[in-house]
Amino acid sequence: MQIARVIGTVVSTQKHRKFEGAKLLLVQPLNMDDTPRGSALLAVDGVGAGVRERVLVVLEGRAAGEALGKQAAPVDAAIIGIIDRVDLE
Amino acid sequence: MQLARVIGDVIVTRKDESLVGIKLLVLQPLTARRENAGRTLVAVDAVGAGVGEEVFFVRGREAAFPFHPVEPPVDASIVGIVDHWDLET
Repeated sequence: MQIARVIGTVVSTQKHRKFEGAKLLLVQPLNMDDTPRGSALLAVDGVGAGVRERVLVVLEGRAAGEALGKQAAPVDAAIIGIIDRVDLE
Repeated sequence: MQLARVIGDVIVTRKDESLVGIKLLVLQPLTARRENAGRTLVAVDAVGAGVGEEVFFVRGREAAFPFHPVEPPVDASIVGIVDHWDLET
């Protein structure tokens, strides 16, 4: 899993049927010091996350499909938690 | 999933049987700010996308899911046409 920040929302009318009812968010993966890591990507939201929140993202198909509550869904990323805080030594 | 612009199509006559009837498109991945993000790739189309449109696509094993129960040997699949996206400023 990766830590990311929600940076935007995506609207798509014409999409694969497994995405019906799913919220699509743009998330920017972060390093531990909150700097951006790589390109932003799209994730389905399984927990009701909002823009600017720090979230936990799975980048794996089966887990993302389960977060969406659908089997054999063509998804590869899902938000599975909203981060309260990260404690590092 | 990742954002991309459809920049071309690929015609392939002789191909794996499970790809018959499936459209192949050339994608330029995009950042959330519409800059090019890395190399172009070829993806199959699961939603009726066309050249010039902005789409999102899934990579990996999940790319075959839209064609269930057929499992075409593909690693990237367009699963939505983007109406628009909004970024926090």
